[in-house]
Amino acid sequence: MSDLHTELKKSIIEQLNLEDMEVSDIENDEHLFGDGLGLDSIDALELIVLLEKDYGIKLTDPNQGKEIFNSVNTIADFIEKNRAK
Amino acid sequence: MKGVAVTGMGIISAIGRNLNENHLSLKNAKNGITNPEILSTQHSHLPVGEIKLSNAELATILNLPENHSYTRSALLAVHSVKELLENSGYDQFPEGTGFISGTSIGGIDKTEQHFYDYSENPEYRKYIQAQHPGFTTEKIAEYFGLNGFVTTISTACSSSANAIMMGAQMIQSGKLKRVIVGGSDCLTKFTLNGFNSLKILSEEKSLPFDDDRAGLNLGEAAGYLLLEAEEYTSGRSVLGRVSGYGNANDAFHQTASSENGEGAFKAISKALNKAGLSGSDINFINAHGTGTRNNDLSESVALQRIFGKNIPAFSSTKGFTGHTLGAAGAVEAIFSLLSIQYGEIYPNLNFKTSMKETGLDPVTSIQNKEINTILSNSFGFGGNCTSLIFKKDE
Amino acid sequence: MMSKELSIKNSLIIRESRVFRNGELIFEADQGLSTTKFLKKVYNDQKLKYSKFFKMDELSKLGYLGTEILTNGSIEDKETALVFANSASSLETDVAFAQTMEEFPSPSLFVYTLPNIMLGEISIRHQLRSENIFFISEEFDPLLFIDYTTALFQQEKVENVLCGWVNLHNNDYDVFLWKIANSGGMEFNEEELKKLYLPTHE
Repeated sequence: MSDLHTELKKSIIEQLNLEDMEVSDIENDEHLFGDGLGLDSIDALELIVLLEKDYGIKLTDPNQGKEIFNSVNTIADFIEKNRAK
Repeated sequence: MKGVAVTGMGIISAIGRNLNENHLSLKNAKNGITNPEILSTQHSHLPVGEIKLSNAELATILNLPENHSYTRSALLAVHSVKELLENSGYDQFPEGTGFISGTSIGGIDKTEQHFYDYSENPEYRKYIQAQHPGFTTEKIAEYFGLNGFVTTISTACSSSANAIMMGAQMIQSGKLKRVIVGGSDCLTKFTLNGFNSLKILSEEKSLPFDDDRAGLNLGEAAGYLLLEAEEYTSGRSVLGRVSGYGNANDAFHQTASSENGEGAFKAISKALNKAGLSGSDINFINAHGTGTRNNDLSESVALQRIFGKNIPAFSSTKGFTGHTLGAAGAVEAIFSLLSIQYGEIYPNLNFKTSMKETGLDPVTSIQNKEINTILSNSFGFGGNCTSLIFKKDE
Repeated sequence: MMSKELSIKNSLIIRESRVFRNGELIFEADQGLSTTKFLKKVYNDQKLKYSKFFKMDELSKLGYLGTEILTNGSIEDKETALVFANSASSLETDVAFAQTMEEFPSPSLFVYTLPNIMLGEISIRHQLRSENIFFISEEFDPLLFIDYTTALFQQEKVENVLCGWVNLHNNDYDVFLWKIANSGGMEFNEEELKKLYLPTHE
């Protein structure tokens, strides 16, 4: 697992107040929304903030989030390609 | 059921500083949506329904001393309650007049302006207490010498609709004889940033019920109604009656509405039931219709569930005023009473394409016809859904 | 007065690191804990499993926990109305959100900048699609609850009402919940409410 994956899992747990979860509980390819981790629409908005704050990536269209936030893997890929910091 | 008499009204919004100006704008399909000019914000590209009077100008109109501690919400409220008093036929509010005011943000406008100044600039400290939402209500009550039953309701965007419902209930249960009900909310950086963070603000003028709708425009307003028990109405003009009301929780999400519009469905059902009416008795619906993807679809589904294929003429007036949050219920109650008074249906501005999911079309140009019964919807965050029914006085 | 026929079925208090149900101390933690830490201790002590809890702001957590404990986790009458009030509105979360505004306004904080979101959380948890209202008053005002609740019963809108005073300001929380029904409990009047709210001041 790359540092970025671990870092992302840590921030997701912290930013989204997933109090009862640990980094090892989240699989890289696990669905974050729906029947996976069960995140909701507000979590998706908070992930958009996280991308901007930590990686300098601004999502212009919130609908893009649907694909990007599919799993930790997809977020990591997107960050690798687009990061500004 | 006769319903509770409305014997006075007052309003200030982005489309007018009094009833007459608001009525003319509605009639002429003239919206009040512009970029922010009075509110200083970095989001100056986001259209809002702003009242083009600074706090200083409002204070001058209201003859307040220079060192007053009225928040903008309080200034707007006092402005509209003054108009209500003038057209109620009273010189001053009789002893025991109650006051129920709804707000979603209270005095946050002053807090955010002076938050960092409190320690260095003692002259701003008078506003510290103003952040308490009850403070704004107390200020308004103080201005008019209202010392009876006074309370503040905070249920987000249904606050003032709930104030109307509560006032009607208290008159019907004999607790109060006379009560001013309504609400006031002003534009703030707080709400602009907040709604923006939820990505539900449109960068263009809002398109309620349109397939291409992209969010709401925030607005500011104050609107108040005087409700009176039957024994005080003889010889006075009754502008209309509150004949039904219902409140229900959507129990779905903190801010989003459910797909089947369950909360809205229940609120409307309760209001019809209270008024002793069936769906076919409703002549017109003043919808909540904020212009967000979520609300307008959920509300449309609720309307379909209640009215089936025979949905009455409906429109959202948010395209005129923006979404005035806690004041919206009272503003739209007043618009409903104007509809009844003048026999006019006001259009849903900016509408072009019906939603794919429902195919419903709101009213798009002014219509003249006799209106006896109007349903007005106000739905708030926290799942709080309120529906009111207004009837012509007969 | 109709209120004479109404009864207070049960009550709950959370303040100063203690939880009382019907006047009896059922949980106590160390004094001086932060609100967040104390609430987590109550959550664990009650063996609750509701992951949404950790996403709530402190005000909603207080309302949620109070309701769980008072009702033993079950509200049978889904038409039970919620009549709540406090003094500080959602001020704690308002300030927290305002602090994020300068850089990255937080949507998950903004969502909780209204006190009635707590009622939404309780309604979601118990699937209540009932009437609810939230008042702001300077201090606990028994008459406001009595007037509103009495009107609900008079209009035959409800058979049960859950009332609540849930205030939070500067890490100082004050929760008082009680249930009102047509019969079977203490008389629902100002005096009894005051006694239940401030038992130490008798």
